[in-house]
Amino acid sequence: MIQSYDSANKNQPLIATDRAGQLLEQPAIDRIWALLDEVPDPEVPVVSVVDLGIVRDLSWEGEQLVVTLTPTYSGCPATEFIEDAIRDALHGAGIGNLRLQQRLAPAWTTDWITEAGREKLRQYGIAPPVGSASKRTLLGEEPDVACPQCGSHDTVQVSEFGSTACKALYRCNSCLEPFDYFKCI
Amino acid sequence: MTQNQALFEYLLRLGDSDMVLGQRLCELVGNAPALEEEMAIGNVALDLIGQARSWLTLAAEVASAAEIEGAGRSADDLAFTRDERAYRNLLLVEQANGNFADTMARQYLFDAWHFHLLSALSHSADERIAAIAAKGLKEVTYHLRRSSAWIKRLGDGTDESHAKMQEALDEIWTYSGEMFIGDEVDTLLSEAGIGADLAALHNLWKADVQAVFAEATLTCPSMDEYMQRGSKKGLHTEQLGFLLAEMQFLPRAYPGASW
Ligand SMILES: [Zn+2]
Repeated sequence: MIQSYDSANKNQPLIATDRAGQLLEQPAIDRIWALLDEVPDPEVPVVSVVDLGIVRDLSWEGEQLVVTLTPTYSGCPATEFIEDAIRDALHGAGIGNLRLQQRLAPAWTTDWITEAGREKLRQYGIAPPVGSASKRTLLGEEPDVACPQCGSHDTVQVSEFGSTACKALYRCNSCLEPFDYFKCI
Repeated sequence: MTQNQALFEYLLRLGDSDMVLGQRLCELVGNAPALEEEMAIGNVALDLIGQARSWLTLAAEVASAAEIEGAGRSADDLAFTRDERAYRNLLLVEQANGNFADTMARQYLFDAWHFHLLSALSHSADERIAAIAAKGLKEVTYHLRRSSAWIKRLGDGTDESHAKMQEALDEIWTYSGEMFIGDEVDTLLSEAGIGADLAALHNLWKADVQAVFAEATLTCPSMDEYMQRGSKKGLHTEQLGFLLAEMQFLPRAYPGASW
């Protein structure tokens, strides 16, 4: 269960530790989800690693926290950066005994991006993925992508790849602005 | 040959082809004919290098677990310390970038093979292979979509783009047959349900290229023509040595260097 983080309490430590940084009690899993929901994706900082569905599972194995991650693209240069950011966030909250593990199957899909994440992408100027990932992409079927600036559906693909592998470059024929589209995979 | 030895060899072939094509494409960063294409090429290269890392990491694990040749080496060791003769990439992918039609002809012939290969491997009896293939397949779907669109656009474009596309295709064609010439490794792993069946793969590839060439108004060169081969034994064209010299310079000049 993903919980939203209470922004009013942003300056309060999310998880209580004593002065030596030792955990006073083992934090509940939902609090850790909330903590990781504050870790931004390095390439699209408006969405968190939880919004993107990169964090697949959190569990306590005795004293150790196990974090299961599924990388987005095979060559995504942000993968290590994300692992470090997650480790930093957890260390900052006093959780030192942790293990990060990668899970490749099932492969990451844009279907895992949360509703909140899609809305944040749109507000940031990136059109969120349309529909769900399927082999239709190969048959050349163009998705109906709405312009994140003006909402017009009169848009055209400029390039299959945008500023990163996960995006395509589009242009809006109504407001004439270019924009990134987060492709379905 | 044990199954693990065959598996190690098979993984090197997968990883090396991705790696070498990724490195070739990187040469175009800063040099591509249009900004959009430069970004696309850079992103395709990144996907391929990422996939190479997955395959070579698995190759290193297999070698270490089975204590076969290559034991104790990491994916980086495999990439940066093997010489030309130990590289197992397809001859196709080491060919120079040439003009944009040459780059896209090479890319399309590879992408069509890669797409059907990863589709087959995503059902491999080896779960580790199936996982890497399923992930890569999502990326390669976009690679194939882009390169087939370019073949059609250039083939069915102006007289000049058509002529250049046909010439590029005729030129690179001799390196396409090798993708379907199997050896002991292919037979052993295909029979075990781990590797792909090359005959089935060839049929899917043929259907794909014939349909795309027809739409592009290009003449498909003969499938029965003599095809260059050798990479499965480490015999390469002169192109690979130069590429590796550039790619491997830093880790060889400064062993153990890190960021
Ligand atoms: Zn617009």
